[in-house]
This record gives sequence, C-alpha cells and structure tokens, in this order.
Amino acid sequence: MQALYAQLLVGLINGSFYALLSLGLAVIFGMLNIINFAHGALYMMGAFCAYFLLNLGGIGYWWALLLAPIIVGIFGMVLERTMLQWLAGLDHLYGLLLTFGLALIIQGVFQNFFGSSGLPYAIPDQLRGGMNLGFMYLPVYRGWVVIFSLVVCLATWFLIERTRLGAYLRAATENPTLVRAFGINVPRMITLTYGLGVGLAALAGVLSAPINQVRPLMGENMIIVVFAVVVIGGMGSIMGSIITGFALGVIEGLTKYFYPEASNTVVFVLMVLVLLVKPTGLTGRAA
Amino acid sequence: MKSRFIASLLLGTALTVAAGSIASAGDKTVKIGALSDQSGLYSDLGGPGSTLAAQMAIEDSGLTAKGWKIDVISGDHQNKPDIGTSIARQWFDVEKVDVVVDVPNSGVALAVNNVVKEKNGVYINSGAATSDLTNAQCSPNTVHWTYDTYMLAHTTGQALVKAGGTSWFFLTADYAFGAALERDTTAVVTANGGKVIGGVKHPLNTSDFSSFLLQAQSSNAKVIGLANAGGDTTNSIKQAAEFGLTKGGQKLAALLLFLTDVKSIGLDIAQGLNFTETFYWDMNDQTRAFSERFAKRMKNGAPPTMVQAGVYAGLSHYFKALDALGENPHDGIKIVDKMKSMPTDDALFGKGEIQPNGRTIHTAYLFEVKKPAESKGPWDLYKLVGSVPGDQAFTPLDKSACALLKK
Repeated sequence: MQALYAQLLVGLINGSFYALLSLGLAVIFGMLNIINFAHGALYMMGAFCAYFLLNLGGIGYWWALLLAPIIVGIFGMVLERTMLQWLAGLDHLYGLLLTFGLALIIQGVFQNFFGSSGLPYAIPDQLRGGMNLGFMYLPVYRGWVVIFSLVVCLATWFLIERTRLGAYLRAATENPTLVRAFGINVPRMITLTYGLGVGLAALAGVLSAPINQVRPLMGENMIIVVFAVVVIGGMGSIMGSIITGFALGVIEGLTKYFYPEASNTVVFVLMVLVLLVKPTGLTGRAA
Repeated sequence: MKSRFIASLLLGTALTVAAGSIASAGDKTVKIGALSDQSGLYSDLGGPGSTLAAQMAIEDSGLTAKGWKIDVISGDHQNKPDIGTSIARQWFDVEKVDVVVDVPNSGVALAVNNVVKEKNGVYINSGAATSDLTNAQCSPNTVHWTYDTYMLAHTTGQALVKAGGTSWFFLTADYAFGAALERDTTAVVTANGGKVIGGVKHPLNTSDFSSFLLQAQSSNAKVIGLANAGGDTTNSIKQAAEFGLTKGGQKLAALLLFLTDVKSIGLDIAQGLNFTETFYWDMNDQTRAFSERFAKRMKNGAPPTMVQAGVYAGLSHYFKALDALGENPHDGIKIVDKMKSMPTDDALFGKGEIQPNGRTIHTAYLFEVKKPAESKGPWDLYKLVGSVPGDQAFTPLDKSACALLKK
C-alpha cells in the first residue's frame, strides 16, 4: 500500500510536466487554431536556455525560471510574426506541417552542436535534499515542481477564463472582425498568446532541466504523450488539459508499478478509448 | 557539336568499362558501411564518431598508398531492427558494401548479423553488447570486437558480489540487450552465492525512472543492477541520487557505462561508480595521440568512446587481413578466417586474438569515476583500479554454444 502512495505521488510529478505542456498547447490551439508541433522543441529550448544562462552568464535557476520563458517566448513570437500568422484561416494541416518542420529543424540544429547525450544541470541549492514522508523519500525539488506547476496552471486558467484580458482573447477567437471593431489590436493579441503558450513550454523545460538531462531530443518523446493528453482532455479546453495532464501522469505512474512494460503505451490506449466513446475529448464541446 | 558530345560520352563510357575490368583483375576496392544510431540515445557513443573512426582507420592503414580505393558510407538504423536490416540489404545489393561496422543496439545487431551472413559480407560489430553474437547466434562472417554482456557481468558484476553485494534488483531495458545483460549477470551473481530478489523491465529510451527506482528502493536489495545503456543509464543514475538510493546504503551497478554517459551525468553524481571498459582515451601515449587526433575532428571535441575505438581497431585489423590477402576477394568468410588467423595488435586495445566464434578477446579494465577535485580536464573522468586478462573476461570457448566450434 505504501508503495502505491509513492507511485501516485511520482505520477503527479510527471503529470505536472504533462499539464504545463498540454496547457500551452491548449492555449495555442484555442486561440490561434494551430496544432503546435514545435512545442516539444520549444520545451527543449527552455531547458537549454537555462543551461546557457547558468554556464555563459552565471545566472542561476531562479532567474532562469523567469528569463528563459521570456527569451523563448520572444523567439516564439518571432516565429508567429514571420511564419505562423500567414497560415491563419487555412486548414489545420498547414500549421501542423509547418510547426512539425520547425521542430525537426530546431532539434537538428541543437543536435548538431550538442550531440544526444545531454548536459548536466544541477538542482539549485535551496531545493536539494529530500524529506521522508513515511511512505517514500520525496526529493524536495520534485515537490517543488508539483506545487509550482499547479500554481502556474491555475494562474493561466484564471487569466484566460476569469479576467477581462482573457475575455477579449476568447472573443477574438469567436469573431476577430467584431473585436477589432472595438479598437482592439487582434493580431498583436494573438502574437502575445502564442508567446504565452511557448513561454509555458519553456518554463516546463527549465523545471525539468535538473531532473532530466538537458538534451536536444528531450521534447521529442514528451510531445507525443502531451498531444495524447490534449486529445483526451479535449482540444482547446484549458481546464480539461490541466486535469487530464495530472490524471494521466498518475495513471502512467500506476502502470509503471503494475505492468511496467506497458507504461509507454497506456496513454495511447486511453486516447483510443476516449476517442471511441467521446470523440471531442473528455471536456471538449462539439466543433 | 552534338556528335562531339555523343562521342565524348561514348569515350567516357568506354573508359569506365575499361577501368572496371582492370579493377576486377586484382580487385582493390573496398566499401565500408558504418551502421549506427545517428540521432538517438546511442548516437554519442557510436553514431557520427564511429564513421569518423572508420575514416581514420582508412587513412592510417596506408592501403590507399598501395593502390587501394576504400570508401565509407554511413546509415541511421534509428534503433529499429527492420530499418537496420533493410539498410544492410540495400548496402549489399545496391551499394556493393563489403563490410558493415559498429551497429550498437543488440536488437538491431542480431538482425543485421543474419543479413551479413546471408550476403557473405563481413560484420565487425563494436557497438552491440549481447554475447549471443558469438554464442548461440554466432556466424562465420562476424567479428564482435569491443565488449559483450558476458564480459560486463564477469567483471563489474563479479567485483560487486565479491565486495558484499549479495542481493540484486535489476532495472532492465526491455529488449535483447537488457535481457542478455540481466541473464549473464544473474548467472554470475548466483554462481558467487548472491541472489536476485527482483527486477523491473522498462521501455527503451525512458526519461523518468522514479517509479522504477522506488520499486528498487523498497526491495531493499543491496545492489541495483542497471542492465541498460546510454541515456537510460544516465537518467537512472541521476535520479537514483535524487531519490536518495545511494545515501540509503544501496549500491548502483552501472553494468555498462560509456565515457559520454559519465560526462553527461557530471562527476558530482557519478563519482565513485565502478564499471568496466576495454578502452579509455587516457591509457597510454598511443591512445592519447589517437584520441587527440580524433577529438580535433569531432564537432563537440569529444575523445573516442570504446565503441568508436573498437570501430577503428576492428577495421584496422580487417585492413591488415586484406593487405595480407593482396586483394579484396569479396568473400566474407574468407576474409574473416584470415582475420582470425592473425593475432590482433593495435594502438588502442593492445594485443589480443579473435577466437573461432568471432569473439575478439583483449584486456578489460575496471575503472572508477574520479571525484570532481581529481579531474584535471573536461574529459579527465576515470581512474584505473584493476584489469582482467581477456581470456578470463570473455566467454571461455568450452562454455560457448557457438555452432562454429563443433566442427
């Protein structure tokens, strides 16, 4: 039984990464209607950004948590301005192909310079060590990841669903022409939204840098799982993607305990089941 | 104008045909295929570095000056046996490749083994670990150069059991390699009075090991055997430190650890780990000289891993055999037999021999990862703690199930 609690907690930790990443995807899909396949590469860039800040600029983890999402977010906005904006109104397939191509290029460039085995990034001193919870030894850093990402997820949800700015955003996706008539700069808002989604990916990257290796392909495996999360949660649903992210982390954790060989595939099995029963995802509305 | 063009075309064709017929008289052309994981989790320990090692072996062989024409091409098997075999088939059928080298990933390596045998090519495997290549699935066309699971189990594994690590829990990569390494290590553990109390199989290329490590932790085994490689091993070791496994008194057995892995874990966490390799760049003047030349040509300035060194040394021995034969007979078995008949001796692995089952035996070295304070440079990572002679480290011939030995 103790082992089970431990696995549940470990599942939550992984779930926080899924939640942060799928949240970013959901924001981008909800507002821009773009299936952002470059998300994994941007997540990886966040981790590399933290690595560079530390090794080239002497800037530690805490500042990286703030700076890396901003830097990568700006990179994302440049991508949106120069490429993605031209795809507005076209079929989803174009956005998918473009972002998939971008992901391959970004990963290829990083791999060319850094190989595949990854670079070490230390856990910040304040979060070293661990505590004994009775049923398991919880590294402090992992506990921090769960709490911090929960806060970020809820804050993003609040921003989009409960504030005036969020209301503009949602209105702009429903009817951009009308929102423009009220004097709101819709294209700029869309650029900023893409920046926000990308920033969330970069933030997840910084969070994961001390746990996983900082390596060019770190986003490649992640992104496929995260897409499954988004599909299960319902494309574009903010709360849906947060809850599904955490829930799938837990389910995957339990699978690793009961039948580890299937831990790679359980998410996809669930995805198939959900699609068969409810094609719009658990919280999605019919398009 | 047009007729001139056609005439020159005809002339060109005639020349090519003539050149072709001259070549076949005493054929001195060789084509090498470096098949590896070029982009995934094993690409730093083999990958482009192995292709470079092959290139350097050609340059250092001196055969070009004797009129040989030797080319190397590379392929990415993506850790998938089906892709590996189809590349190998295409290489033999279309590209007329003579020798396939490297091929890390035991699953792919065993699949390619069959193709090379069928096409009567030469197979010099350096990257794969499974001892089956020279055991139950041995082939007259295969030389397994660098290391294997039997050797890893009988060096690192044995040393740990003798040091008191009597109960084991395995974290095993769920494919041919992990299974072979777990099997060979289990045999050593039980033969030395220890026992295996549990294990978990994880998918290849896993990024999060915390669930598996918690299971290992609660098993209370004294030793946690890592029957995995590359990125899987580095992640397991890093996360084991994070979850306090080593602080709790459990010992990690990194059964297979490469230079690039240690580099990527960082000395802080990796220090004190014991493991076995057959090559390290900083062994003697010859290995240092080679590694310096190699690192200069690597994009990230990394010295060679033992897999890349094995590609170089294996090919160098292959070239010696070709030189002795005087021409390329394009007959895999004939060349491999020649290779087996000559003792191996090269700058990187020292003296050794290729046994009838295709296993190259040479000294295996036990290393310990240095403490951060002991390291004098970015790649100064190991200190030598012992060595095991080749005939004790590798499978004794009387224990090998290879059919070639029963002739």
